[in-house]
Amino acid sequence: MNMLEVKGLKKYFATQKAVDDISFSLEKGSIFGLLGPNGAGKTTLIRMITGIFYPDEGEIIFDGKPFDPVNDVTGIGYMPEERGLYKKMKIGDQAVYLAQLKGLSQSEAVKKAKEWFIKFGMQSWWNKKIEDLSKGMGQKLQFVITVLHEPKLIILDEPFSGLDPVNSNLIKDEIYNLSKKGSSIIFSTHRMEQVEEICDHIILLNKGKKILDGTVGGVKQQFKENLFSISLEVAPATIAEESFEIIHQTDKRLIVKIKPGFAPNDVLSYFIGQKTGILSFQEILPSLSDIFIKLVEGTPLTRQFQPITA
Amino acid sequence: MNKIGVILRREYMTRVAKRSFLIMTIMVPILIFGFYAAIVAVAISGSSEKQNVAVLDNASLFNGKIDSTGNFNFTIIKDQILDTFLQKYQQKGYGSVLYIPPLDLNNPGGITLYSELQIGPVAQSNIEKVVNNAIENKRMVAANIDPEKLSKIKSDISIIPKIGKGKEFKKGSSEIAAGVAYAAGILIYITMFIYGMMVMRGVMEEKINRIAEVIVSSVKPFQLMMGKIIGIGAVGLTQFIIWIVLMFVLQLFLPVLFPSLGHSMASQATQTPGQSPGALAAITEGLKYMNFGLIIFFFIFYFIAGYLMYASLFAAVGSAVSEDMQEAQQLTLPITMPIVLAFVIMTKAATDPSSGLAIFGSLFPLTSPIVMMARIPYGIGTTVPWWQLGLSMLFLIFGFICTTWLAGKIYRTGILMYGKKASWKEMWKWAFRS
Repeated sequence: MNMLEVKGLKKYFATQKAVDDISFSLEKGSIFGLLGPNGAGKTTLIRMITGIFYPDEGEIIFDGKPFDPVNDVTGIGYMPEERGLYKKMKIGDQAVYLAQLKGLSQSEAVKKAKEWFIKFGMQSWWNKKIEDLSKGMGQKLQFVITVLHEPKLIILDEPFSGLDPVNSNLIKDEIYNLSKKGSSIIFSTHRMEQVEEICDHIILLNKGKKILDGTVGGVKQQFKENLFSISLEVAPATIAEESFEIIHQTDKRLIVKIKPGFAPNDVLSYFIGQKTGILSFQEILPSLSDIFIKLVEGTPLTRQFQPITA
Repeated sequence: MNKIGVILRREYMTRVAKRSFLIMTIMVPILIFGFYAAIVAVAISGSSEKQNVAVLDNASLFNGKIDSTGNFNFTIIKDQILDTFLQKYQQKGYGSVLYIPPLDLNNPGGITLYSELQIGPVAQSNIEKVVNNAIENKRMVAANIDPEKLSKIKSDISIIPKIGKGKEFKKGSSEIAAGVAYAAGILIYITMFIYGMMVMRGVMEEKINRIAEVIVSSVKPFQLMMGKIIGIGAVGLTQFIIWIVLMFVLQLFLPVLFPSLGHSMASQATQTPGQSPGALAAITEGLKYMNFGLIIFFFIFYFIAGYLMYASLFAAVGSAVSEDMQEAQQLTLPITMPIVLAFVIMTKAATDPSSGLAIFGSLFPLTSPIVMMARIPYGIGTTVPWWQLGLSMLFLIFGFICTTWLAGKIYRTGILMYGKKASWKEMWKWAFRS
């Protein structure tokens, strides 16, 4: 069952096709990576999903029903990249206030806020003000506020920026936790290693269009370049073999590229035939970062402004 | 619209709980009251300090007899030479010496007042009046006119203004009406600015703090804007109500603080007809004939409606600027201009409430809250016909719906735009596109 389905979503601004015909779907409990260079249309897409913008065209199905921006926002928790809180307001009051705006009653909001504050070791913050917090502490608070009302869909835009590794892990664990409990999470970031670590499924946007969609493993398979790394007991002398070529060699370690029409076994049988001892043999998959750069490179990174006649 | 309620409550509570609100709300009426009390105290105690004046009347202007007036106790000194008397007048308990040389009645001159301290202009003119009266009396006698007969012939009346139609006429006072008109107009002008700016700063704060996007993912921008506007408006209303109650209570203390006030007012009221009553009594009398219930009612209406109209525009400007207060000032110019214009028309309407300009100003929604409040003290149903009042209120409500609709559209786009300030042209586009 899909938590969210987006079909043919379009949003044109006066000078840009910010989101141009994007479709994807998001399963319940999955962690979804929304990737793309700056200005790819991620924020606009998210704003449509959170009901801040109305799409020009297309359809959003939320939890099996057409998305109703007025009532369904209570089921969404959104932590924008441009985020902040009231400087002069007490932290506890602030959490309760924002939870109330998400439809919780006052008493419910207080109860939930206290639970989360205890969970994250922030009890002593309740009567403090934002001014008293460091940037990382503020970030942690912002995360708590985003998930306080137990939304079915959580959208996190660069959630780890400014966090130390300890707090990063705390939040990462909580993200896994929430997804296990059935919340779906959209995770938007430029930090590819985090995406690789956390996400099940990714889409990549560029210039308002979706240019990649799949599971992390699947995407890597799709973009693999048949590279393998081999460690040998003794460094080979000269190698002449038609099934592969050597891309890189450091002493006893080789990186080889298998030529089309051949299989990894051909490489192994070559070295076995040479009586060379093989210590390890491993496929090298491209990192998401490589894929990202490969796909986006060559297209002008900065979007140009152009008049749109829609 | 439960969420507007939540927003409204926050906006209201955070402001009312501030110390500055408490100080403003309590201090302003106490200051005004203290000022008023000081004026009353001066008015009552003014006559207590008498000055003794020795009069060396070498022209026998006063025929040996002179009445003490106002702050002066006059004593005629006989058989003294000026130079020697000036050496010792202070020892004899006089503050000053009025020297009248032998006079030619047709061309009097050389009358001198000797004193150690500089004499005030009012005191000087009072003494001049006394001397002038004496000279006039002498001249009348010289011209064979009986001064007593003349004073019987002389007339000194004052007009009692009554306003109304048909059989119903009420006593009115144009000076008092003008005073109340100015006060009401200025009060609405100031509050509109203060609370309008408060809305603008609130919107800017949300935008600069970057909390706006967090909130609009929960509520519609329009709800956020309205919650803020109504919440701050409620703060203003609370302040007014506290002011009115405090002023009323403090005013009850006035007779307690100044027991002599009641007495002096009573004595002034029973003065013989023909004599004008004291200024204080006149004010009290005049205020009695103002319909304060109605004035307060319309004040609150025009404050609320006018505030709602302008506050939404201020909110739109707040949403369009980023970071900089100076940018905000440039953009508020088109909004503050009609308010200032309204103030200018108001100063005219407060003295001439039935002029064409005043009537126009009190109907046109952008100026009517300020201008109409300056006309209402002159009398509803008389100076301000009911149809004008009704039309003005209708236009104002319509104006407020228009500006709110317009501002809502600008606000929706502006609150999420970062980086640069929007121009009025761009804001126009946000309002009328899509």
